[in-house]
Amino acid sequence: MTNDIILRARGITKVFPGTIALNNVDFNVYHGKVNVLVGENGAGKSTLMKILAGVEQPTKGEILLENRPVHFKSTHDASAYGIGMIFQELNLFPNLNVSENIHIANEITKAKVFIDHKTQDIKTIELLKRLEHEIDPHELISNLRIGQQQIVEIAKALSLENNILIMDEPTSALSNEEVDILFKVIEDLKSHGVSIIYISHRLEELLKIGDYITVLKDGKLIEESKIDLIDIPWIITKMTGSATSAAYDHKTVKLGEELLKVEALTLPRLGGGYTLDNFSFNLKKGEILGLYGLMGAGRTELFECLMGIHKEASGNIWIDGKSIMGYSIRKRIKSGIALIPEDRQREGLVQTLSVAHNLTLSSLESASKYFHIIRKKEYENINRIIKELSVKVAYPDIIISSLSGGNQQKIVIGKALLTAPKVLLMDEPTRGIDVAAKSDVFKIINLLASKGFGIIIITTELKEILAISDRVIVLSKGKKTGEFLRKDATEESLVKASAVGHEIKH
Amino acid sequence: MLKNNLKIEMYKNKLSPGIILLKLRTFIMLGALLIFFSFRAPNFLSIGNFLIMSKHVAIYSFLAIGMTFVIITGGIDLSVGSIVGLAAMIAGGLIHEGLVLNLFGITIYYNVIIIIFITLVMGILVGGINGIVITKCKVAPFIATLGMYYVARGFANIRSGGETFSNLVGKSEYGNTGFPILGSASFFGINLSIWLMIIIAAIAIYIAKKTPLGRHIFAVGGNENAAKLSGINVDNTRMFVYMFSGFCSALAGLIIASQLVAAHPATGETYELNAIAAAVLGGTSMSGGRGSIFGTIVGAFVIGVLNDGMSMMGITEFWQKVIKGTVIVIAVIVDQLQANIQKKIALQQQNK
Repeated sequence: MTNDIILRARGITKVFPGTIALNNVDFNVYHGKVNVLVGENGAGKSTLMKILAGVEQPTKGEILLENRPVHFKSTHDASAYGIGMIFQELNLFPNLNVSENIHIANEITKAKVFIDHKTQDIKTIELLKRLEHEIDPHELISNLRIGQQQIVEIAKALSLENNILIMDEPTSALSNEEVDILFKVIEDLKSHGVSIIYISHRLEELLKIGDYITVLKDGKLIEESKIDLIDIPWIITKMTGSATSAAYDHKTVKLGEELLKVEALTLPRLGGGYTLDNFSFNLKKGEILGLYGLMGAGRTELFECLMGIHKEASGNIWIDGKSIMGYSIRKRIKSGIALIPEDRQREGLVQTLSVAHNLTLSSLESASKYFHIIRKKEYENINRIIKELSVKVAYPDIIISSLSGGNQQKIVIGKALLTAPKVLLMDEPTRGIDVAAKSDVFKIINLLASKGFGIIIITTELKEILAISDRVIVLSKGKKTGEFLRKDATEESLVKASAVGHEIKH
Repeated sequence: MLKNNLKIEMYKNKLSPGIILLKLRTFIMLGALLIFFSFRAPNFLSIGNFLIMSKHVAIYSFLAIGMTFVIITGGIDLSVGSIVGLAAMIAGGLIHEGLVLNLFGITIYYNVIIIIFITLVMGILVGGINGIVITKCKVAPFIATLGMYYVARGFANIRSGGETFSNLVGKSEYGNTGFPILGSASFFGINLSIWLMIIIAAIAIYIAKKTPLGRHIFAVGGNENAAKLSGINVDNTRMFVYMFSGFCSALAGLIIASQLVAAHPATGETYELNAIAAAVLGGTSMSGGRGSIFGTIVGAFVIGVLNDGMSMMGITEFWQKVIKGTVIVIAVIVDQLQANIQKKIALQQQNK
């Protein structure tokens, strides 16, 4: 039994100033298996993994690799033992291309001095082929969508040929097709004896791919088990201490008249073709519209066009009958449309500002008289939102990075709400946040719909989109390929529509 | 009532002695320098000396205040010293020889108030050119203002062919007397330039803390993408900071020319470095998004006290440079220490 365990962490304790991140945790990594690690935000998963990968050192405890005690003073040490990690926050260089990123710090050289770009490119294409993705090795990372970036990050890890591979939320930006491909790769790795440690918030995925599961809560080990002995309610109960799941509650709301109308929206793509091709749809007051599609289908670009980011877009957009085509971003926000962006770190929050200042960033004019910000009014707005969205924060003047991912997301949502929008565009609003926060976000969405807001939500989690939407529109390659009312939408029909135009030629 | 409780929480959390020490480090540095020089330099601790030092500081502080906003937006303005020179030459030229319109064969002599106004507007316009090159032509601030550094200085020299406009007292028959008053006027024994420093600083602090524009400046520097998506007009915000910097530079040029009662084309050379140093000493981060006007003023005083104190001690100019450079780098190292500690505290909060 014990020689099945390749890596054993015993009594791991990690103390940070003011907090105990890990408290006497034992963790077993079974050889050639997928070892899943779950827990809410703050449970200690990332800290434990960082210790195993050599990024952090434990305050107490020991690590046994093949029954020999080891100490990792740095990621280099861990790497030398064959342990590698794919971080949740991607470690890519936007100014370098795909091939360079994959081989960074691991360059293939000629005579140890010159980089052998040709061989690197060949290896890059091989790795990307394995992940069934055709990304040009010379493409700059900054030009890739976040899902594609995640593929590159995975390719980078694969190129290192680790024995033990830690994956922290590797599928958070991937479409379902890509997740299937990744799982095939994982099975392939397993058959070659690679041990995988897998962290994710996506519970159905874990059941599909995992062999063993360990649950952490508040820095402590709760339980370890074989996956085929447990189910989702078990996981949730162990993680949260209660049986409630992310409440995918849908409240039927009476729909009002047409709020948003989009006609023949077209966005040409550099190098030919269209990112959005003659796209038309509408949205009613109180309606929750789900937008589904594969990565690259054009969903995020649709939101960007609605917000006025792409000046080359053509077509027409009306809010409450008023055309907003040609308006600046600022004017569109004033016209009643607000965006919660996909990447909250890059596009949603200003990391150097406090929670309060981030929250009011879009709505300062409404709390000001001429040039003067009226502090009382500003803080009324802030306190109201914090209460309405149940944001967990000691006081609003602390820096935004003090908040957990879920609460940061609520601030991004709150910022949009303070602009008194009519239409809310939410791009993956539940990405990378824990179960409790997800549940809160869904409650907020339902509440807004009942107040007459129109909401368009992009998400790659099928169960989510089916549970929350009144209607689902599917995109593929910039075209509308499916439109389903709630009662008619099924997982199969959505997936089928999203694959139109992508048929694999045999 | 809720607000009061929040306020108490705020102060309770900020009151960790380590953090307070670090945040006040510029103040502490200033205090330490004052004490040090009072022992080692003769006549240092006198009101007269302080007023002289403050006069010097005031000039740098105008440039530093403008520079602070620019650096907070993630940019830099290398042209401030040259705009100082250009301003001095424009004002000096208007007093010395008036506006010569060869086409009509006449020369216009403006009165001093209008001359001051024209010069300030010139400063704003030059700053505006910087702003347009940066926002519309998408040239990096370093390059754009580097170009202006040369262009403005060139024009300052062209204005007089390299000569100095001296004895800027004007002639009563031209109605352009009174220029030296700007530099020599005193209220309650304190020079006008010091009063102006206080006023400009107060205006800048007000803008930074109490206006949407101020928030926008910090947001643009902190995360330009997020600022744009939040509906902030990033270009306009940038235009403002460069125009404000130009205005401050022109003001400094006017005061120097007035104090010297002369305008020479080299006025303001190397001032940009002092302005940057003052801002950095005061806690402004070169990566943008962080900074404080008050900190910059304290930083300007540190540099002023350091300069004057070392001179009074008789330290050679060469050693002065070594010491000044070392002080600036150490200040930034300490600044990063403080930022790291604050990050650790933020992590604590997250784990609560």
